[in-house]
Amino acid sequence: MVTDDPLIIGGITVRSRLITGSGKYRDDRIIPDVLEAAGCDIITVALRRIDLDRPQDSILNHVPKGKVLLPNTSGARTAAEAVRIARLSREAGCGNWIKIEVINDSKYLLPDNAETIAATDVLVREGFVVLPYMSPDLYAARRLVDAGAAAVMPLGAPIGTNRGLQTRALLEIMVGELKVPVIVDAGIGRPSHAAQAMELGAAAVLLNTAIASSEDPVAMARAFKLAVEAGRLAYLAGMGPESMTARASSPLTGFLE
Amino acid sequence: MGLYDVIRRFDAAALLGAAQNAQPRDVEAALDRERPTLRDFAVLLSDAAAGLLEPMAQKARLLTRSHFGSAVVLFTPLYISNYCDSVCAYCSFGRNHRIERMHLSPEQIAAEAQRISETGMRHILVLTGEARKIATIDYLREAMAVLRDRFCSIAIEVYPMTRDEYGVMVESSVDSLTIYQEVYDEQAYHRYHAGGPKDNYAFRIEAPERACDAGMHAVTIGSLLGLGSWRSEALATAAHLDYLRTKYPGVEMAVSLPRMRPLAGDFTPPYPVGDRQFVQMLLAFRLFAPEVGITLSTREQAEFRDAVLPLGVTKVSAGVSTAVGGRSGKASTTQFEIADTRSVEEMKDSLLRLGYQPVMHDWSHRLTGGFHG
Repeated sequence: MVTDDPLIIGGITVRSRLITGSGKYRDDRIIPDVLEAAGCDIITVALRRIDLDRPQDSILNHVPKGKVLLPNTSGARTAAEAVRIARLSREAGCGNWIKIEVINDSKYLLPDNAETIAATDVLVREGFVVLPYMSPDLYAARRLVDAGAAAVMPLGAPIGTNRGLQTRALLEIMVGELKVPVIVDAGIGRPSHAAQAMELGAAAVLLNTAIASSEDPVAMARAFKLAVEAGRLAYLAGMGPESMTARASSPLTGFLE
Repeated sequence: MGLYDVIRRFDAAALLGAAQNAQPRDVEAALDRERPTLRDFAVLLSDAAAGLLEPMAQKARLLTRSHFGSAVVLFTPLYISNYCDSVCAYCSFGRNHRIERMHLSPEQIAAEAQRISETGMRHILVLTGEARKIATIDYLREAMAVLRDRFCSIAIEVYPMTRDEYGVMVESSVDSLTIYQEVYDEQAYHRYHAGGPKDNYAFRIEAPERACDAGMHAVTIGSLLGLGSWRSEALATAAHLDYLRTKYPGVEMAVSLPRMRPLAGDFTPPYPVGDRQFVQMLLAFRLFAPEVGITLSTREQAEFRDAVLPLGVTKVSAGVSTAVGGRSGKASTTQFEIADTRSVEEMKDSLLRLGYQPVMHDWSHRLTGGFHG
């Protein structure tokens, strides 16, 4: 199914619809095994954790060749800071993909959509493939698309909360209306949450805490891989409507057909 | 209303008094609260909570993992000057002590920086005494010019500054501020600091706010444990923290829990904090503010530091010297005796062994801030 149903972002075809982060691990040496089990093509890294003078000592050392690196602007509080971090990322050899994270609230870690739009506008014009992390809002998403975002990444629930698709109704609207991939980012705590996101038509999911904080990150990565594939397959297959009452699978009036 | 007035009106005694009547079920309610209030914080410091340290620790561990994963950031202090105009009763660098005074030149700072850099350390905390006329703003700016290419993150722990002076620091690549109120009890504060420039309670307590306003990326506050009653000091620190995180939600806030050790001046802390009390306070901070960093210094023994890591600690020092020039040349007297003498490499090994990820690089002043070089 994965080969017949490619996801194209920024002109690149990716096979896997699961994107993982690289933070919060007890030991970064486990990352290659986690990526293998997850089958990921794209991995996010926080540029704040990369030593620009000694990149060999950083997390990049544990990212296998052939993966698309998606550096993020974690720590940026304004559009200007996100732009600065993105430029440094490209100068440091981390490629031209950037996940914009503009967060000016340490308590809830909610993204600032207005600043995110401003940063996207600048960075797209500078040739970046921009994937903005956002609070789910249709108007903000449209502005991001107009500014040239390659995808939009609305949150399912606040980062690290593992609470699943709390924003489901808004995500469904975005999936229905937008022409760019909608990637559900943040809040996905269980494989069933990932499957739900894929069932409602998300192009992909991005998650980190649920795998990295698990007692067995490699097994959890595999669980998420399977859930994402199952959810996508169900979406493509088309699901029946939900109903409050039972409907017999062998109807009594079938003989009239 | 400024912070000083907020703190003056804050009735810590009433909150603590009420909390002392708390029952175990009140502690459980505080533990269950998604966003605990200062009232809950006081309950978590109560005698009733002292009997429930284990469930508090379990939740604190989960919250820490959810917010910080297994990452623990390492940093080391660099003392560059120990001249001091203050006469803090508890500090061996006070002007009343006859110790050797040192003030590192840019070349000496570079030599110290080189030694530290060789250990792989990338986060540094620069310290001076409270001597504005010697460790001047210009002197600090020169020091930062030497340090900024050698370290990714520079914090300062110096005298309180004006907003504009903090602005100069941010422009000079300083991204973090550490400033302890020392003791929040105002009367005690004046007793400990009588006769020196530090005897200005309001100017000090409002310093972190001025730094946030000037664009500092991260701010660490705390109380020097042992100078005042631990419960009221912890509660005042939490109130200060709450004020700052509400007013400056974008600043990465942290709390440090420095517990007093023996010093040169034969000062005995009047309110010694025991291990159980220390742990209760640490847990209360983690439960009250899950997103806030908690720093643990080498004032604590290695075994104790290792044991409390899972309870919420996110930042530790290693390879520490509390003397000026302690790493590359003739060293001054130390400011205080350290208890955990592990090198950077030993600390990294211990963290990995305990299931933590030692993080050497968690921020860079090049990413934001005022330095546009």
